[in-house]
Amino acid sequence: MTFAEKILSKYAGEKKVIPGQIVTIYPDHLLTHDNTAAIIQKVKNELEKYGVYSKSLSVIVIDHVVPAASEKTALNHKIIRDFVNKYKIENFFDVGIGICHQVVIEKGIALPGKLILGSDSHTCSYGAVGAFSSGIDRTEAASLLLTGETWLKVPNSIKITLNGKLSNGVFAKDLILHIIGDISASGANYCSVEYCGDVEQFSIDDRFTITNMGIEMGAKNSVFNVDGITRSFLNSMKISPSAYESIYPDEEALYINELYYNVSEIVPLISCPHTVDNVKTVGEIEGLDIQQCLIGTCTNGRLSDLKIAADILNGKKISPDIRLLVLPASKAIFESALKLGIIQTLVESGAIILPTGCGPCLGAHQGILAPGERCLSTANRNFKGRMGCKEAEIYLASPATVAASALNGKITDPRTEMKK
Amino acid sequence: MKVWKYGDNINTDMLFPGKYTYTCSTAEEIKPHLLEDLDSSFSKDVSEGDLIFAGINFGCGSSREQPVVGLKAVGIKAIVAKSFARIFYRAAINQGLVLIECESAVKSYSRNGDVKLDIENGKIEVNGKTFSFPKLPDEILAIRDAGGLLPYTRSKLKNKYNF
Repeated sequence: MTFAEKILSKYAGEKKVIPGQIVTIYPDHLLTHDNTAAIIQKVKNELEKYGVYSKSLSVIVIDHVVPAASEKTALNHKIIRDFVNKYKIENFFDVGIGICHQVVIEKGIALPGKLILGSDSHTCSYGAVGAFSSGIDRTEAASLLLTGETWLKVPNSIKITLNGKLSNGVFAKDLILHIIGDISASGANYCSVEYCGDVEQFSIDDRFTITNMGIEMGAKNSVFNVDGITRSFLNSMKISPSAYESIYPDEEALYINELYYNVSEIVPLISCPHTVDNVKTVGEIEGLDIQQCLIGTCTNGRLSDLKIAADILNGKKISPDIRLLVLPASKAIFESALKLGIIQTLVESGAIILPTGCGPCLGAHQGILAPGERCLSTANRNFKGRMGCKEAEIYLASPATVAASALNGKITDPRTEMKK
Repeated sequence: MKVWKYGDNINTDMLFPGKYTYTCSTAEEIKPHLLEDLDSSFSKDVSEGDLIFAGINFGCGSSREQPVVGLKAVGIKAIVAKSFARIFYRAAINQGLVLIECESAVKSYSRNGDVKLDIENGKIEVNGKTFSFPKLPDEILAIRDAGGLLPYTRSKLKNKYNF
């Protein structure tokens, strides 16, 4: 059996499951964020009558529009806090703690062998630490609050073998853009994606970037097998191996597709408007002028991302034509970046530090674009209108490419700035 | 009955812009913004019983369910596409909105063409040609047929707790 088949058979209480089979499962956790207010509203009467299925099921993080941008969003947050207090929800993270997916990993909620569903498409991120995780809609989240159970279709699996080592100036973001550009925005629809090969070069931060973008090729979940990197990451968080179960695919597991990439051949890449799979090399559009740069989000707002940007910006000033917005993915990351002088470097170069959260990524709050403007972002989506304006363009790249481009006010290959 | 025809990779931002995600949640609030950045005539001209035809990966992107809630509320009878993104597909089942994955039906459709839909028997006739589409598994159909997941869950809870 593949990873997905093994973990779903465990949760379904069956010896063996096959792709296409519908199984009933009880997930370990249900992630919801600012949408929790709308979710509990749907089942208000039932919650009064029956209560929540379990106070340890829910993980609630307020991160999408933080701090509140309007009376309406402030009320949403208040409704969530009241719900948390009334039902004694155990895992609640209020405004300012971080982006939900970062928090779930950072707080040790996502662990190897766990099954987590969430009403956010990037819930697929937790395969970075060997969990099975997938996105669902608000209505399903509402039903789960009450019953704790739902159904899943056992997915087909795709095995992606990564060979070789990434070159200097090329990062996990370039790798995942390369894969999505190759197999398309629907290339992994409904499938579980397993990464293997020369993966010891990828830190948990790198793996998080890669699994986070699984949904951008349609995947149900993406996963890296538990290895020394995972174990030392969990160990650093004081999580003992007895707290989790590593699940590995069988050698004779059957895959619907097996893909091989020589990652040493990958160059800095950029996803162009208005689909994530419209991938070009940075070189192809180098020199295109931009007005806003964004470093952050659940894809690339981690300490290693901020450090790469700071290394490039150190002692230099960004172009006066650029607004560089930086959002650490969590309070913990912000604190570490402060201690290491990374924030100081970024601010001195001209960056604006925004509160930890989703911020401009979904166009609901802060950093909205004007018609005709271009934004180069480390986020995961460049859909038309995504950042609040349908006449603006969004380009996606690694933190290094964004930092190098901020210096010049134009799309720039990070390798030229890294040599200086 | 009108058929609304769109292309490939129609994403959730096109179906319902993200900037309204935390200000609109009821069907009435959602309706005026449906397909706002894709087709500004849609929300004004759509009527009960209309169909949507589209290409591959319809509904890709966010987990936002507002597009499904809105399309169901304006009376879209079914969406026929070459393929659907998975969260959108689940959301449709959960709202009782009919999705039909049938590439050949989409390919056969031409502007103002004639379409007859028989959901019960899994048949769709496009420009005189009939295509069949598979039924959902029984356990999933039960959710859709209950009118969506919440009515389904409510009756389950009633039986479990007996009140």
